Amino acid sequence: MEKKKVKELKVSAIENGTVIDHIPPSAVFKVIRILKLEAFEDMVLFATNLESKKYGKKGIIKVSGRFFEPQELNKISLVAPHASIIEIRDFQVASKKIVETPNQVNGIVKCFNPNCITNKEQVRAKFTVVDKEDTRLKCHYCEKITTRETMEFF
Amino acid sequence: MKNKSLVSINDYSKEEQLSILELAAEFEKKPVQNILQDYVIASLFFEPSTRTRLSFESAVNRLGGKIVGFSEASNTSVKKGESLRDTILTVANYSDLIVMRNPVEGSARFASEISPVPIINAGDGANQHPTQTLLDLYSIQKTQGTLDNLHVAMVGDLKYGRTIHSLVIALCNYNTTFHLVSPVELKLPSSVKMHIKERKLAYHQYTEVEDVIPNADVLYMTRIQRERFSDPLEYERIKNSYNLSYEMIQNTKENFRVLHPLPRVNEININVDKSPKAYYFEQALNGVFVRQALIASILGLK
Ligand SMILES: [Zn+2]
Repeated sequence: MEKKKVKELKVSAIENGTVIDHIPPSAVFKVIRILKLEAFEDMVLFATNLESKKYGKKGIIKVSGRFFEPQELNKISLVAPHASIIEIRDFQVASKKIVETPNQVNGIVKCFNPNCITNKEQVRAKFTVVDKEDTRLKCHYCEKITTRETMEFF
Repeated sequence: MKNKSLVSINDYSKEEQLSILELAAEFEKKPVQNILQDYVIASLFFEPSTRTRLSFESAVNRLGGKIVGFSEASNTSVKKGESLRDTILTVANYSDLIVMRNPVEGSARFASEISPVPIINAGDGANQHPTQTLLDLYSIQKTQGTLDNLHVAMVGDLKYGRTIHSLVIALCNYNTTFHLVSPVELKLPSSVKMHIKERKLAYHQYTEVEDVIPNADVLYMTRIQRERFSDPLEYERIKNSYNLSYEMIQNTKENFRVLHPLPRVNEININVDKSPKAYYFEQALNGVFVRQALIASILGLK
C-alpha cells in the first residue's frame, strides 16, 4: 500500500509543461476539449473535486511537455474564469498567471439560438464578450446573448 | 452612406439617421424622381411580407428603378437547397443593391459581409427591421416637430416586439422619457433597458394604458399575440384591456399622436381612425419616403 502511494505522487509531478489550476469541477472536461487534449500524445493528468480553500472544490489539469499560447489559454476563461496557469520548467514554477477573458470569441462557441444563421449554414460563429464576469457573449450575426448556461462548444 | 449596408439600426450613427430623415422629407415633397433609371434593385423575400415588400417596390418604382427578385422562397433555387451565400453572390451579379427579408436571424449581417453590393435588411426573423425604425423616427419627428425630449409611451408586447426594441434603442439618442405599458409577462427585456440606463434616461413601467395617455406625446401601440400566453384566459383578459378607443384619447395633448407599425388586431378600435390624432396610416406611407431616401443615399445618388 505505502509503496504504491509514493509512486502515484511521482507521476503527478511534471518536469516541463503546463499546470491549469482552479478549474470549476464541472468544467474540467470542457477545458480538455477546448485545448484539444484528447488528441494530445504526451502525458496529461487531471483530477477533479479536489479540496480548494478559495472555491470549495476544484479541478486541475497537468499537461507534460507543452506550453500554450495566451490566445489558446484565454479560451478556457469562458468555462473557468479564475483558472491559473502555471508553467513548469525543470520541476520548478517558471511563471504563474490568471487566464484573461478575450474581447472576441471566434469559432469555438456555438450560438445558442437555433434560428441563427451560424446554425443553419456554414458560417463561422463570432461573438463579442459583453460581460466578462458573467461570460455573456453577443452573437455577431443574430445579436442574441449566449450565456454560460446555454454555452456549447464545437 | 454610399455603399453602406443597413442591417441593424445602430449601423448608422445618429447623424446618418438624421440625414436619411432629412432626405425623406425631400422625397415626400417630390416623390417621383427619375434617378434610378439605370439601376436594378433586387428584392429577395425568403418569407412573404406583403406590406414591407410593396413599400420597397413602390419606393423603387417612383424613382424609375427596375426590380428583380421573388416574394417568397417556395419556387426558387432556395427551395432546392441553395445556400444563402450562393443566392447572394448570384443575385449580386444582376443588381446594384439587394433588399432582403429572411426568417433566419443574422442572415442579413452575413449577406452584407459576403455581398459585393450593399444590403438593406427588410427583417431577419426576430432580430432587426431597421427601415421600420427609420420610418418610426420620421413619423415622430414629423408629427412632433422634433425628436428631442419627448414623452413616448409604448404599449403591448414589449418583450418580443423587435420593432419596440429597435425604436427604444434609436430613441435613446434623443433624451426621450419612456413610458412602458405591458402585461407583467411581456415587459421590456433587461437587454433593451440596459440601453436606457446607459444613457441615464427616465423610464416608467405600467400595466394600464389609461395611466400614460394624459402625459404622452406619442402613443406607440403594438400587437399582442395569442401564442405568447400559456394561459388562454389571460390572453382574453389582456386583449380586452389593451383596446384603445376614440373616447380614451379625448383629453390628450394637442401634439399627441397614435402610432402603430400595423397590421393591427384589436388593440386600436376602428373608431380611433376618425380622430386627427390617429397617425398609423400616414406612418405606413412615410415608409415609402424613408426607403426612397435610404436607397438613393446608399447608391450615392443624393
Ligand atoms: Zn447567433
